[in-house]
Amino acid sequence: MSILVSGRTGDWEIVIGMEVHAQVVSNSKLFSGSSAVFGASPNNHVSLVDAAMPGMLPVINGQCVKQAVLTGLGLNAKINKFSVFDRKNYFYADLPQGYQISQFKHPIVGEGEVQIELSDGNIHKVGIERLHLEQDAGKSLHDQHPSKSYIDLNRSGVALMEIVSKPEMHSAEQAAAYIKKLRSILRYLGTCDGNMEEGSLRADVNVSVRKPGEALGTRTETKNLNSVRFIMQAIEFEVHRQIELIEDGGEVIQETRLFDTATGMTRTMRGKEDAHDYRYFPDPDLLPLTFDDAFIEELKDGMPELPDEIKNRMVNEYGLSSYDANVLIEERETALFYELASDGRDRKITANWMSVELFGALNKAGIELAQSPVKPKQLGGLVDLISDGSISGKIAKEVFSAMFETGKDAKVIVEERGLKQVSDESAIISMIDEVLAANLDKVDEYRGGKEKLFGFFVGQVMKASKGQANPGMVNQLLKQKLDI
Amino acid sequence: MSDLLKMTATEARNSLLKKEISSVELLNAYQNAMEKTEALNNYVTPTLDAAKQMAVNADKAYAQGNAGPLAGLPIGVKDLFCTKDIETTACSAILKGFLPSYESTVTSNIWHSGGVMLGKLNCDEFAMGSSNETSIFGPAVNPWSKIDGIDLSSGGSSGGSASSVAAGSALMSLGTDTGGSIRQPAAFCGVVGLKPTYGRCSRWGIVAFASSLDQAGPFTRTVEDSALIFSVMAGHDPKDSTSASLGYTNFSEAVKSNIEGLRIGIPAEYNVDGMDIEISDLWKKGRAWLEQAGAKIVDINLPHTKYALPCYYIIAPAEASSNLARYDGIRYGKRIEAETLDAMYEATRADGFGEEVQRRILIGTYALSAGYYDAYYLKAQQVRRLIKEDFEKAFNDVDVILTPTTPTPAFPLGAEVSDPITMYLNDVFTVPANLAGLPGISVPAGLSNQGLPLGLQLLAPPFEEGRLFSVANAIEKQAEFLLAPARAAGDLQ
Amino acid sequence: MSVDKNVVKKISRLARIHVSEERSEMLSSDLGNILNWIEQLEEVNTDGVEPLSGVNEHPLAWRDDTVTDGDITDKVLKNAPEKAGEFFVVPKVIE
Repeated sequence: MSILVSGRTGDWEIVIGMEVHAQVVSNSKLFSGSSAVFGASPNNHVSLVDAAMPGMLPVINGQCVKQAVLTGLGLNAKINKFSVFDRKNYFYADLPQGYQISQFKHPIVGEGEVQIELSDGNIHKVGIERLHLEQDAGKSLHDQHPSKSYIDLNRSGVALMEIVSKPEMHSAEQAAAYIKKLRSILRYLGTCDGNMEEGSLRADVNVSVRKPGEALGTRTETKNLNSVRFIMQAIEFEVHRQIELIEDGGEVIQETRLFDTATGMTRTMRGKEDAHDYRYFPDPDLLPLTFDDAFIEELKDGMPELPDEIKNRMVNEYGLSSYDANVLIEERETALFYELASDGRDRKITANWMSVELFGALNKAGIELAQSPVKPKQLGGLVDLISDGSISGKIAKEVFSAMFETGKDAKVIVEERGLKQVSDESAIISMIDEVLAANLDKVDEYRGGKEKLFGFFVGQVMKASKGQANPGMVNQLLKQKLDI
Repeated sequence: MSDLLKMTATEARNSLLKKEISSVELLNAYQNAMEKTEALNNYVTPTLDAAKQMAVNADKAYAQGNAGPLAGLPIGVKDLFCTKDIETTACSAILKGFLPSYESTVTSNIWHSGGVMLGKLNCDEFAMGSSNETSIFGPAVNPWSKIDGIDLSSGGSSGGSASSVAAGSALMSLGTDTGGSIRQPAAFCGVVGLKPTYGRCSRWGIVAFASSLDQAGPFTRTVEDSALIFSVMAGHDPKDSTSASLGYTNFSEAVKSNIEGLRIGIPAEYNVDGMDIEISDLWKKGRAWLEQAGAKIVDINLPHTKYALPCYYIIAPAEASSNLARYDGIRYGKRIEAETLDAMYEATRADGFGEEVQRRILIGTYALSAGYYDAYYLKAQQVRRLIKEDFEKAFNDVDVILTPTTPTPAFPLGAEVSDPITMYLNDVFTVPANLAGLPGISVPAGLSNQGLPLGLQLLAPPFEEGRLFSVANAIEKQAEFLLAPARAAGDLQ
Repeated sequence: MSVDKNVVKKISRLARIHVSEERSEMLSSDLGNILNWIEQLEEVNTDGVEPLSGVNEHPLAWRDDTVTDGDITDKVLKNAPEKAGEFFVVPKVIE
């Protein structure tokens, strides 16, 4: 399936590939024992290794290896039991060693695949080319002094996974779906926190255009995009820039571009006339990274369920709609909350209450699910009361509000406030009798054919019961009385 | 006083244990010797204040009966080892004034065993050189007699380490060997130099030259002393991923073992063009000595020997070009100010690195750059495997290999600096062991016609240093080499 | 043989070492001679030979994921030629 964009000279096909840098969740850095946590004072989370002091040597953090393999498994990818760390050589102020330790020829993870679902419900597969481990660089601050840049090495040496997709996306929407899906998988696995604002997840986007059926066009790479919106904006800008350029008789130049978040435009990176020549070679301070099948199996066994599997179960076993399932699986916490809340009770009712009432209330209160005053079991308790007829849907909303305010269980609130639904037949009959007795004229009208009045009687009975009468029973009994 | 200088480390250790001498006395003798031999330019940073404290501590430890194996023994350290709060320069302008806040693992091991630090020793800049002439401090001078009134080279890169032990201004010293930087100067100066198996001693805290080849090792006057200090230097270090996880071994036992029945390989390919006749004569002598000691001589082939040097001169510079990228004027060392970051880098590195270092960085950069990588770097790595396999095959048939250490005795200073390739050829016999990661030892075995020391080299399979000590000891016994350089601090034997 | 002066320019630029016009002349012949000498490696048949980058035969050891280092800002900055507060300082970098 290809999505075409029309230009002045006909239709164009867009080809997009993405390189995503995901910060590995770990306590310490990839090759040193200093903290990988964000936000310390300048040069505080820095060891002598991170500052590349003479004679310092890298020692690999096993947890980062596990996280990379786990991510590879989550991307249905080939895990390479033998991989090699290379040095990527270039000079930059925030690259203390003068090289970045990365993986070039032999990455830890090979080809894999991610499924994305588009707004029309179609499923599209995006191939993964590879995933490798590498060091992050430090940070240069250019706005502290008119003629100087300031260097903070806190990020220097933090573990990153670079996840490279195949050029198999064909629209900004697909690219957005891809990064969202990737983020979701990483967060489910707990291998990257996916925080795009803090830069834990950022993307370089390769875009090219071509006439359908023709060879791949020249691509540009737009660097360091740290939100889904920016990714889409950059792609759309690039697509139109490239099409216009070619249609005007120009040529796309293979180059690195920067995205201006203020204008939504991309521009050429200035200066740098000398092409990069990274002179990759195996890092002689490290040996090849190896592990056995048992190591992979153990990680596989401990792997959490991923969104695709969970969704499958929600739709096929729980009978939820694809839309509802999507809402519930977007975050792992949400899916877990739902599983707990709905376990052993009506899945659909629970899904409904969660996505409408609970999310609504959380939104209104501006808090996260993790801080919800209503816990999963409590939401389940409310659903139980609805299911067994103890309270009506209308009362349930009132109960829910009270739960959200007080954090109390549904049962407690129902008892405290006496909201239990009246399902006692004789009690309802006596209420019906009173209502009918007080409205004899209407009873005659009804019996004379004005059936619309049935709703009026129901309303009166419910009012008399302060809303607590079982509406089904009211309907049924009322019919029996009136239709004599 | 000079009697103290005559003692080997093992003898001094025994006298200290018996309280016949004190560490402070021993240190005083060496301090005196350092002053007397100042013209040899061996010490770039003496650390006598620290030494005094360490000697006092050693004497206390002897008094309390808990002295470590090296307690009170005066030791010099190549200025490539980072030493805490003591200037560490790699004898380069770019690191002038650098004060590490850390101590290398190997030197830590030495101090923990009670060694007394005399100071930092001269070497070629970043250990790149075979004559000590690339040092920013000027060359360390060989203590053996001048030729035609010109000072002789101590060899390199660990020239100061070899010269100080030969001249009696250090009892023992530490060096590093990337392509022969311990064994060649040891041979030039008439002392014992050991290059351990790659992975035997931690590289943590040693300024890196070529990471896959660098190894630290000791200079001593006897094989026995070499085993004594090496037992302390060696050991697994979790901070160095290339360090082998082997437990402690006391190598002193190995020195005494009999070599009867050991098979000694003589590689035909080491008969290179341009080798001095006196060197090949010495090699024959060595072979005869070992035969007399009961060893069996076996002729072997190491077919790729010829290619070891060019292979090395791709691999070592390639790694160096990357290892030395960190000297960028930002976090330590020299900086030449400039308007832009790139101009600052270029000025700092042009000014801070000497000519040979720049040459090697450029060669290495070239060999790794796009378009040349396969033809140079990859090719060299393939040849490296063939060289390693040559040794593996040879060690199926022999236990130890005997070769000369160098193709010539020490040359006068200034003789070879002009032509880099002539200088590189000095390493022809030593480089293969680095490429294959093997342990090698140079033992002084005789004198040239001009009265200069000559060394024999022994090579063994990985982690068989013990075997090297046994055979080296046999050579030492038979050679009866007299360590008597003209410019020593006193009588050494 | 000598190395093209443009190549000397390119690699000295990659290595961030300033090379003056006159030194560039000398270097191009120096490097040329060395590379020429090195090219004897071409004689060796290396078909099918796996490149060797290190001699170690033990597997790469892994570290535990605990914070054991850092929080030594003073030591990190101690030797810096120029610093401001807790930052290293370099000439302004323009992207």
